[in-house]
Formats: sequence, C-alpha cells, structure tokens
Amino acid sequence: MIPEIGHFALILALSVAVVQGIFPLWGSFNGKLAWTSMAKPGAYAQLFFLFISFLCLLYAFIVNDFSVKYVANNSNSQMPAAFRASALWGAHEGSLLLWALILSGWGAAVAFFSKGIPSIMLARVLSVMGFIGVGFMLFLLMTSNPFERLLQIPLQGRQLNPLLQDIGLIIHPPLLYMGYVGMSVAFSFSMAAMIGGKLDAAWARWARPWTNIAWVCLTFGIALGSWWAYYELGWGGWWFWDPVENASLMPWIIGTALIHSLAVTEKRSSFKVWTILLAILAFSLSLLGTFLVRSGVLTSVHSFASDPARGLFILVFLLVVIGSSLLLFAFRAHKLRSTGSFSLVSRESGLLVNNVILLVMAATVLLGTLYPLIIDALSLGKISVGPPYFNAIMVPLALVLFSVMGFGFFVRWKKDSMSRVLKRVWFPLTLSLVSAFVLPMLLAQDLKIMTILGVFASSWIALAALMWVLSSGRSPFKLPLASWGSVVAHIGMAMTVAGITVVSLYDSEKDVRLEKGQSYELAGYKYTFNGVEAIQGANYKAHRATMDVTYNGKTVTTVHPEKRDYGPGSMPMTEAGIDAGFTRDLFVALGEPLGGDAWSFRLYHKPFVRWIWLGAVLMGLGGLMAALDKRYRRVRRRSLEVAQDDEKQTTNKPNPKLSGAIA
Amino acid sequence: MKPRNKRIIFVLLALLSVGGASALIGKAMKGNLNYLYAPEEVLAGKVPKDQVFRLGGLVKKGSLQRSKTSMEARFIVMDNRGNEITVVTDKILPDLFQEEKSQVSRGKMNAEGVFVAEEVLAKHDSEYMPKELKEVLAKEHTPPTKTGDKL
Repeated sequence: MIPEIGHFALILALSVAVVQGIFPLWGSFNGKLAWTSMAKPGAYAQLFFLFISFLCLLYAFIVNDFSVKYVANNSNSQMPAAFRASALWGAHEGSLLLWALILSGWGAAVAFFSKGIPSIMLARVLSVMGFIGVGFMLFLLMTSNPFERLLQIPLQGRQLNPLLQDIGLIIHPPLLYMGYVGMSVAFSFSMAAMIGGKLDAAWARWARPWTNIAWVCLTFGIALGSWWAYYELGWGGWWFWDPVENASLMPWIIGTALIHSLAVTEKRSSFKVWTILLAILAFSLSLLGTFLVRSGVLTSVHSFASDPARGLFILVFLLVVIGSSLLLFAFRAHKLRSTGSFSLVSRESGLLVNNVILLVMAATVLLGTLYPLIIDALSLGKISVGPPYFNAIMVPLALVLFSVMGFGFFVRWKKDSMSRVLKRVWFPLTLSLVSAFVLPMLLAQDLKIMTILGVFASSWIALAALMWVLSSGRSPFKLPLASWGSVVAHIGMAMTVAGITVVSLYDSEKDVRLEKGQSYELAGYKYTFNGVEAIQGANYKAHRATMDVTYNGKTVTTVHPEKRDYGPGSMPMTEAGIDAGFTRDLFVALGEPLGGDAWSFRLYHKPFVRWIWLGAVLMGLGGLMAALDKRYRRVRRRSLEVAQDDEKQTTNKPNPKLSGAIA
Repeated sequence: MKPRNKRIIFVLLALLSVGGASALIGKAMKGNLNYLYAPEEVLAGKVPKDQVFRLGGLVKKGSLQRSKTSMEARFIVMDNRGNEITVVTDKILPDLFQEEKSQVSRGKMNAEGVFVAEEVLAKHDSEYMPKELKEVLAKEHTPPTKTGDKL
C-alpha cells in the first residue's frame, strides 16, 4: 500500500508541475493575475507531493519491503539501518527521485525567499523550473519507476555495492545533486529574463546568491567525493579523471566562471550575453553529466546497470533544453547590449581572462571525456584518455589563471593603470616569488620547476587576498560579508593548489611484501607488520592487519588496514588504514596473501594531502558567506526601483564602445 | 587608445588563447592516449616501440609465478588463438586477479619481449566490467570450451 501511495504522489507532483509550468507563464503574457499567482503554491505543492513520495520509498527501504523491485535489488535486511536508508540513492531510480525532490526543494526555496522579486519575473522563473521538473518526473515514471513491484517476492534483497556502504555515500550524492540541480535556478532566472525581454542587471542580482549556494553545494559534493575515493577505493588517489568525476567537474568550472561573470553583469552591466550563455551551459553540463552517468555509455563505479531507453530519454531532454534555450537566446540576443565599457587594464579584463580560461578548461575536460566515446562510435579503436592528457593541459592553464588571479584583487573596475596596480601588488608579488624559491629549498632540499610554480601560485593567491583586506583602508570588521567570502574562497583555492602541488610531487609510494615481524621504511617512517587476524563485521568478513608505525624509534601510530568480503556476488573491498595529519597522511592498504605469513601491502606517505580538501571547505565557506551577504537582502527590497534605474541607464546612455568585443 | 584598436587587441588575445589551448590539447592528445591491444596484434608488431599501451587478454592457467622474496610476479597473457605474452610486474595484483580470467595491464614491452606492467586490472564482475573490455574479450578471449560463460 505504502509504495502505491508513493507512486500516486509522484504522479500528483507531475500534474502539479505541469500546471506550474504552463499557467504562470501564460498568465505573465495575458496579464491574468490569478494565473501568475499559481506559481508559488504550485512550487510548494510540488515539493509536498515529492516529499511524500520520497518518504514512502524511504519507508520501503527501512522496513525491508522486498516486494518493491528497487528495494530488493539494492538493499537487504543485514545492512545497518543507516545504509539501508542511504541505499535509496545508491542506484539509478532512487537517485533520480532525489534529483526531482531537490529540484522541487530549490523551486520552493526560490518561491519562499522572493520578497523583492516582481511577481511576473517570479512566475516565469518558477514556470521554467516547473518545466524542468516535468521532464524529470516523466523520465522517472516512464523509464525508471522506483515503486515497481515484483510478482514473486524474494525473502532477501541483494547486496548494495559494498563500495557504497559508507558514510561518504550518505552525504556525497545529495550534496552533489544540490549543486547540479541548483544550477537550474541560475538557468531559470536567465530564461525568465529572456522571456520577459528585459535583460538588465537586475536578474543577475537576483540570481547571484542562488548560483553561489549551488556552487557551494557542488564544491562540497566534489570534495567529499574525492575524499571518499581516497579512503574507500583503497588506492590512495584523490582524483582519477574518471568520466564521472569529470561530469561533476565541468559544471563546477563553468559555475565558477558564472559566479564571476554574474558579478560583472550586476555591477557593471557588462558581459550580459556571456553570462546568459554561461548559465545555459552550466545547467546543460549538469544534465550532460546525468546523461553520461545514467545512460551507461560510460563505465565507472558510478554507472549502474543501464538501459538504452533511459539514455535516449535524457539525450532528448538535453536537446530540448539546450535547443529551446539557445532558440530563445537567438531571438533575444539583439536586446543584449552590454552598457559598461572598460579598458584593457581593468577588473573586467581580468575577469574576462578568468572566464576564457575556465571555459577552455571545461572544454578540455569535455573533450577528454567524450573522445573515447566518439572514437568508439566511429569504430576507430578502443582508447582511454588518461590523467597525463588532463594534467598536460589543465596545469599550464591553471598557472596562467592563478597568475592573473592575484592581480584581480587590486585592479579597479572600468579603468586602471598598470603602474598604479604594480605599486599595490609589488609586496605580495615579491614575497611570493621569494617564498617560491626559498620554501622548497628549506623544506624539501631541492628545486623542481613545478614546485616553484606551485608554491608561487598558492602563496601569490593567498598573499594577494590577505594584502587586499589589510590595504583596503577599512577595518577588517567593517568589510562586507561578500568581500570576506571572496577572500576566504580564494585562500581556500590557494590551499588546495598547495596541497595538490606538494602531494603530486613529494608523495612516496611502495608496494611491498612483508612477512609477520618484518618492517619497511618509507619517507622516514618505519612500518612493522604484526600479523593478520580474521574478524566478523555486521554484514562482512574481513582480514585485518596490524601495522605499527614508528618515526626515529618513536611510536607514531598503529593502523589496521582490512580486506573485506561481503559475500557472494560482490567484489572484495580494500579498507585502507590511514593516519591523518595536517601536514601528512600515512596510508596503508592490505594487498593479498603471498603464502606463509607474507602479505603484500601498499604504503603511502602523502604530505599535505588534507590541504586539498581543507581548501575546498574554505572555498565552500567563502561562497556561503558571499551568498549570505546582507546586501542581497537589502537589495531585494529595493530591487524593483533599481531595476527601473538600470533600464533608464540603458536607454539614456547607449555605450557601444566595447560591447561588440564582449558580445 | 581608440576603441577600434582595443577591440583588435581583445580579438588577438582571444585568438592567442584559443590557439595556445588547441596546441596544448593536440600535443596532449598525441602522447597520452592508451590503446587497448590483444597479444596477437602486439606480436604482429602493430604497436610502436616504447609506447605505453594496454594489453588485454586471459591469464594462462598455471602461469602465475611469484617471487619468494619480493613483490615481483610473472604471468602469461594469451588470446584464444595461442598467442602469448609474458607480463612482469612489481605492483599489487588486484583482488579479482585469477588464472583463466581476463585482465588488462598498462605498460610497455622491454627489449626481451616481456611486457612490463605499471598497473594490472582484473576482470570486474559483470556489473562493474568496463564495456570496452567486455566487447574486446567477447570477441577475442572467450575460451572455446566455455562459450556460454557470462563475461
């Protein structure tokens, strides 16, 4: 009974979404207030029904209702309750339901926090979000109904992929989806602005906090995924350039570009065309990511047993979204006049460089991800594009980006002079150049070109951000929250860059064969193997090794790497033994028995690896601070009148100077 | 500066960055694609010397030898037409690595005609099996005796 209620609620949510899509939009044209005012209650009702539907599926998982096919395929009664619940989004159908739920959550949030947005604009935004919801719920009901029943009810469910039975999986996908789906808000705002034909800076101001929050979720989601892969996949990497990782990285890169470009559109009425295209692109890439993961054209631990019909549906949906948004764009492009002009040395130019580089980076990732598919489709052979390809392009691009980033803080909007900027940056620039040479010599006793570049990039970004606060002439406590957010986020970036540089260049790794009592020394740490015992976990059996680690004769830690067996039909799992630290991680993975008392181990010494994720946490915090700036709340109240001001400006002072170059 | 000149500078900068990026991509694409080959193609000399590639095939029964003192392991990879290549590696073999099962290793040939692997991947179970590998194996390496085996 409960699953049927869930199914029914899903159908109701779809009907609500259809109404929410059509009537407010229609009403916004024929001026029927009653129709436009359906947008808000529609958004709330859609969330309500989807939430019921979600709860019903969750209930089926908790009580082990194996008559539901999806539950039987992905959960069994021996799994701990927390993992039974998170198994809901461990596979295709449930994760799509979560997608739809989060989408309706964003819609309801936009409806709730929309006091200053004109009702016509809001109606159009929610209507676009309604249409996106229709697409996803149709997809759910037509190709991947999670409430489908089984005629023969099995006594026990199948095992959830043991890789996914982990705390990381409980939070990683929902956060990532929040980010993916959140990009739909910026998309909907830009669509609504284009439908209305009033392409002033106001829409950028409304869209900014939402885009920031979506970007924050994406940042946390990706960082969590990377951390999870690090300790759960068992082989010590933190980024594999796996197609599915790339699918989440592309919207993140474009989202980063969008955040910066929205700032220009809001503050300088410039980059208008660019911003709209980025908003379309960010959401399209989120959909493409979903398509790539769900259609089964890619292979990775993330792609579940797949079905061509699903791939086709998402592909068609993707084409409809991209096609209709670009069509609308083509009709409205002539109205997009960027009014703010700027000279070569200006913050706008710096952000233009930022945008171009980020776009090229996203294109690089896209090419590397799709290239094997294209080659395969053309029957030209089976290839894989490995990390060397991505590193060869991303590293130089990133270095250019980081070099420009530091200047960006100090350059004024519109027009600035090189000499004035240099006067302000010479101190952090010199300091970071000096530290780029001195730090590696002091700490690592060597001088590699990549170390110098990496240390320069990270100290340059961090110092520039800090100096900017100190030299702004205002008390740091009176700076607006958004400025602090920017500083914190960029320092986070610097931290991540530092972590990546150090761990890529100075980590040590060794596969060793150890008999009980033998030891091996790596990077000054001595690992002594003290035997393996068999243990019984909640729903697995495991071999658990004991490894004592000493440094200069002093005990550092004891780690217990495990090899787990989750029973027939599942892969053995390697659970690494990790001793985490601020400046280094010690990482031990248990290999295989080699006869007698001997086992194989993989040992890692990973300096500064935590900095990669700590930096991401700072980036996320920074984004959150920027989104919560009280400026947006205040501005929202005034937004109507400001919007009219912008309109006047646009008509009174047409300034085509540079708009052509940007547009 | 005249607006016209400014625009020209912007266009030049854009061209420069696009050109630079394409050059980078072209260079990276050339050196860093890993093709998947079967032993037959390798023995026929289809793989350029000193190129890193992936070798796919079945691990021959009884061919796995481990060193008593170090990590070194040797095994023979074959296809179902009797072509064999010896693989040597000092990396941990994956959990699912077994004789008479398929594997893919990445590395290159040395002067003695032995494939030195930097990484060995085993046949995944049906759910996590790379699709490309599945296809190549279905074509090349199904043991003739076990035609009904699910790969």
